[in-house]
Amino acid sequence: MSKFLEVKNLSVSFPTEDGVVRAVDDLSFSLEKGKTLGIVGESGSGKSVTSLAILGLHAGGSAQVGGQILIGGQDINAMEESEVRLLRGKLMSMIFQDALASLHPYYTVGNQIAEAYLVHNKVSKSVAKKRAIEMLDRVGIPDPQKRVDDFPHQFSGGMRQRAMIAMALSCNPSLLIADEPTTALDVTVQAQIIDLLRDLQKEFNTAIILITHDLGVVAETADDILLMYAGKEIEYGTVRDVLQKPQHPYGWGLLTSIPRLTGDPNKSLAAIQGTPPSLISVPNGCAFHPRCTYVSRVGAACSTLIPELLPISAGAHHLVRCHLQPATREEIFMNQVGPNL
Amino acid sequence: MFNYLLRRIVSGVVVLGIVSAIVFGIFYILPADPARLSCGKTCSEELIVKIRHTLELDQPLPVQYGRYIKGIFAGRTYLKDTPAELNCSTPCLGYSFQTDQPVTQLLKDRLPATASIAFGASILWLLIGLSSGIVSALRRGTWVDKLSQGVALGAASLQIYFVGLVLQFIFVNKLAWLPTPGYSSPFEYPLDWAKQMALPWITLAFLLSAIYSRLTRAGMIEVMGEDYVRTARAKGLNNRTINLKHVLRGAITPIVTVFGLDLGGLLGGAVITEYVFNIPGLGKLSTDAVSNLDLPVITGTVIFSAFFIILANMLVDLLYAALDPKVRIQ
Repeated sequence: MSKFLEVKNLSVSFPTEDGVVRAVDDLSFSLEKGKTLGIVGESGSGKSVTSLAILGLHAGGSAQVGGQILIGGQDINAMEESEVRLLRGKLMSMIFQDALASLHPYYTVGNQIAEAYLVHNKVSKSVAKKRAIEMLDRVGIPDPQKRVDDFPHQFSGGMRQRAMIAMALSCNPSLLIADEPTTALDVTVQAQIIDLLRDLQKEFNTAIILITHDLGVVAETADDILLMYAGKEIEYGTVRDVLQKPQHPYGWGLLTSIPRLTGDPNKSLAAIQGTPPSLISVPNGCAFHPRCTYVSRVGAACSTLIPELLPISAGAHHLVRCHLQPATREEIFMNQVGPNL
Repeated sequence: MFNYLLRRIVSGVVVLGIVSAIVFGIFYILPADPARLSCGKTCSEELIVKIRHTLELDQPLPVQYGRYIKGIFAGRTYLKDTPAELNCSTPCLGYSFQTDQPVTQLLKDRLPATASIAFGASILWLLIGLSSGIVSALRRGTWVDKLSQGVALGAASLQIYFVGLVLQFIFVNKLAWLPTPGYSSPFEYPLDWAKQMALPWITLAFLLSAIYSRLTRAGMIEVMGEDYVRTARAKGLNNRTINLKHVLRGAITPIVTVFGLDLGGLLGGAVITEYVFNIPGLGKLSTDAVSNLDLPVITGTVIFSAFFIILANMLVDLLYAALDPKVRIQ
């Protein structure tokens, strides 16, 4: 049985005057209904470009999208834009980082939720409005009968994101992509939104792709993790595997840079040296090698050969894209990384 | 909302008062003597003194201004309690030096022609400007966009007195498709009215639709990059709904603002257009008044156009509240 969502060898590139930007390169992953995949990476690593590709939102732009995006067996990337449009919002939908900017300032929240429902359902406007009220109620907006006629700027930050979730879920989509849904919110509201997403997922058996750079959020909510760097996946596995036993030097860097309550307060935080590469001129070989502390343990291959994404051991579901030998990696992890986690 | 409206009306009246005081002041700073101007060709010193008395020019300036303002609201009687008593009914703006007609009557006579130009042209330029701007924005970078924006740039650079005369030469003098522009009552002779107004409409619309086209295109392209348009696409809406309901709606506010001000300005007198086509509107009235130093008419037309501009500003602000819920609630 194939999985509900399967992305195979996805690549997205944008031709520009300065050269081709390879925003996403040879990305593959899969997701079951009711499960959550966390895609983690820094700005410009290709997370959002990937999610827009899954919704088929690159159509009409300059982007070239290659590979397959199979949702319930249908390849989104091979479909006509007019067919994908009918699935958008119904089969797969999306919530965005900045809810205030993502809601139209001139229409009421209720109007915008009802609109999402009306596109895919042949119902009257009053039925759609009832649905909007019902959804607002479901996502925990108090007094939804009244608030349905409010404009986005009359909502608080957390309520706006709840309204976005209500809009995205109004047609019961099987796949929800949440692109940094909590980044613009303060921590207590973040927790509420994450809880809400988890509850709704249980209720509707939705598959969720959670895009974030917050490892804490992923650790709490995701089943699987996909670590991206410069448009490529560099580590992929279950949350347990990837967070407890990360295999890629980039993942080590990320995890050791998190301040811990139990740590020595006077010790400065570890940081990954350097900055992410420009996607126009990605470094040869492993894109991470200019920033990697362990290049000397491998040698020339790091700067000449692109490492393949391979299971860490035969048959394992934990994949990593790194030239380090498994034994060397184990040794570094045990001696240098593990003690700092 | 009511308080807001009241505040706007009060401030509008204050601005009108300031405008009228300034114009009235300039009246007297001018080296020309109003009495002499009003006197005509057969003039003598006694006559000037008499006129000065008749027009109450022998009173101190603040008194004259006070009476002028009072005249607007309550009418005015010149040479009171003499056999030559002259009643100027409310709103009284004085009498033209040139024709001795009441200025109010002149303004009333000239307004329909100006209003015809303004409203007819505005419909035309809105239609052309908005639609070409929308098409340009949606087909950005294609030949359609380049052509329409090229034409718009050219049109915006051309002046009314050039385009107007060229069009008149072609359509009236050479092809004889249209009569010489002028004004007839739209209620009595609607067809003549439309034919005579066609060239002024087209000329004005040619210039202004270029500006509206660029404004619409720029606004729509900006809004297309907004997150809420991405949300609209993510909902699965069709392009038509996205472009008209979400993009155009987001871009319309500045267009409405500019439109209100343009229309208000035009209602005060489409000066160049009326002059070029010799149409008896407010603009023509004021240019003629200026060249003849017909001071009461100048004052009257200036106050009248200021009134329209202030009114337009007020309407634009009210429209803003209707268009932007954030303004409405504050």
